[in-house]
Amino acid sequence: MKYAKKSPWILHYDGSSCNGCDIEVLACLNPLFDIERFGAINTGNPKHADILLITGAINEQNISVVKQLYEQMPNPKAVVAVGVCAATGGIFKDCYNMIGGVGEAIPVDVYVPGCASRPEAIIDGVVKALDKIK
Amino acid sequence: MGRRTILPFGPQHPVLPEPIHLDLILEDEVVVEAVPSIGYIHRGLEKLVEKKDFQEYVHVAERICGICSFMHGMGYCMAVERTMGVKVPERAEFLRTVWAELSRVHSHLMWLGLLADALGFESLFMHCWRLREYVLDIFDMTTGGRVIFSVCKLGGVRKDISRETMMKILDTFDKIEGGIKEITRVFTADASVSHRLTGLGALTGEDARSLGAVGPMARASGVGEDARAAGYAAYPYVKFGVQTDTAGDCMARVKVRTGEIFEAIGIIRQCAELMPDGPTDTKVTGFPSGEAFARLEQPRGEVLYYVKGGGTKFLERFRVRTPTFANLAALLEMLKGVELADVPALVLTIDPCISCTER
Ligand code: SF4
Repeated sequence: MKYAKKSPWILHYDGSSCNGCDIEVLACLNPLFDIERFGAINTGNPKHADILLITGAINEQNISVVKQLYEQMPNPKAVVAVGVCAATGGIFKDCYNMIGGVGEAIPVDVYVPGCASRPEAIIDGVVKALDKIK
Repeated sequence: MGRRTILPFGPQHPVLPEPIHLDLILEDEVVVEAVPSIGYIHRGLEKLVEKKDFQEYVHVAERICGICSFMHGMGYCMAVERTMGVKVPERAEFLRTVWAELSRVHSHLMWLGLLADALGFESLFMHCWRLREYVLDIFDMTTGGRVIFSVCKLGGVRKDISRETMMKILDTFDKIEGGIKEITRVFTADASVSHRLTGLGALTGEDARSLGAVGPMARASGVGEDARAAGYAAYPYVKFGVQTDTAGDCMARVKVRTGEIFEAIGIIRQCAELMPDGPTDTKVTGFPSGEAFARLEQPRGEVLYYVKGGGTKFLERFRVRTPTFANLAALLEMLKGVELADVPALVLTIDPCISCTER
């Protein structure tokens, strides 16, 4: 068995997701998946966070919020984009208010596929992001 | 009179999974006014009907909100089927009802968990979400997806539920019903929960009506409206009670929603018994023309869909009036005069779904 060096604290922000990926992120906390047993905590404060987990795409209104959250996080930090919305804009790509994936606003380290992404995949994505914040 | 302070609440806030921004105008610790600003999650879905084929758009409609995803797809299909005069087979109507009620159980359990979390009752959150996983397993088994299913289509449904699978679903409910009763007891009888919720954010029946509240919000204030009683899908064939309460406070909303979980389980059991054999879909040919409304009851309340077609493969207009939008007016009214520390719990008791409100 491999050990992770660090228990990441995670900041979750809902870009313009449909809630599908959002509730799967929260499902990672329930007793079936329970990532908190590894010391990973879902924090509300960007200044405490190691990993920024974003669901949903970037639109005209939230781009400044996403940039701000990213800037407030201390280094080293990683960004995980969850779901195809966060990757490219997904099914909403052609909507008039959409700018595109999270990559349009801030640098992304890990993309988690799926619409909606399953909790296993999200956890896997977070584990991959750990390499970045070693 | 104390000094006035403006406190921003959201769009990124520990208790809110979704981005909504409220400027809370406080006098000491008491809220005197709440000013919302929105748009953080606006995508412009309604306009997309002009670019996407009306059959394909079912997938977009399902993603208006991932929590009541199935019901959004179903409502869109109902409205379009009405413009085209499509008659959905009876078995498909029953299957739609089963999935819709399963969604209600999952949504209410999820909400109970989020509320417990907002109160700081972590273990109760865990129990609610543990029970919810059983329902998600049923979705996984019957549709292949946990939150977005894509089983609803114009003219019926894509998948069938076999007799054995139906029995398995009923077995699951036999198994978890005791657990749901137990968490209900904690919510209604636990001293610390009741201390936080009883009397908070009381809304009179009159106010609920004049502010246009819908769903469990209105029913907790004694307004016994339920769109299911108007009869669509398989609801005319099953018996169920409309849950109401008269207190109108946060506790009453908890009671109404927990009551609805058991009603929903009852409806699923009846559907399993009454479901006729037959096809699960009919062929849909032609293009929608004319306009139609569909009205259905989501976990958060009544939702309206309007479609207008002009005889081409693109619809001319699509409009959704979502339950959270209807309930926001009541929320802003209730926020006046509550303590700052109660704001998260109060915001959560309307069961806000910002994603469908802003679309
Ligand atoms: S990827 Fe799919 S499930 Fe996730 S937020 Fe986007 S539309 Fe919703």
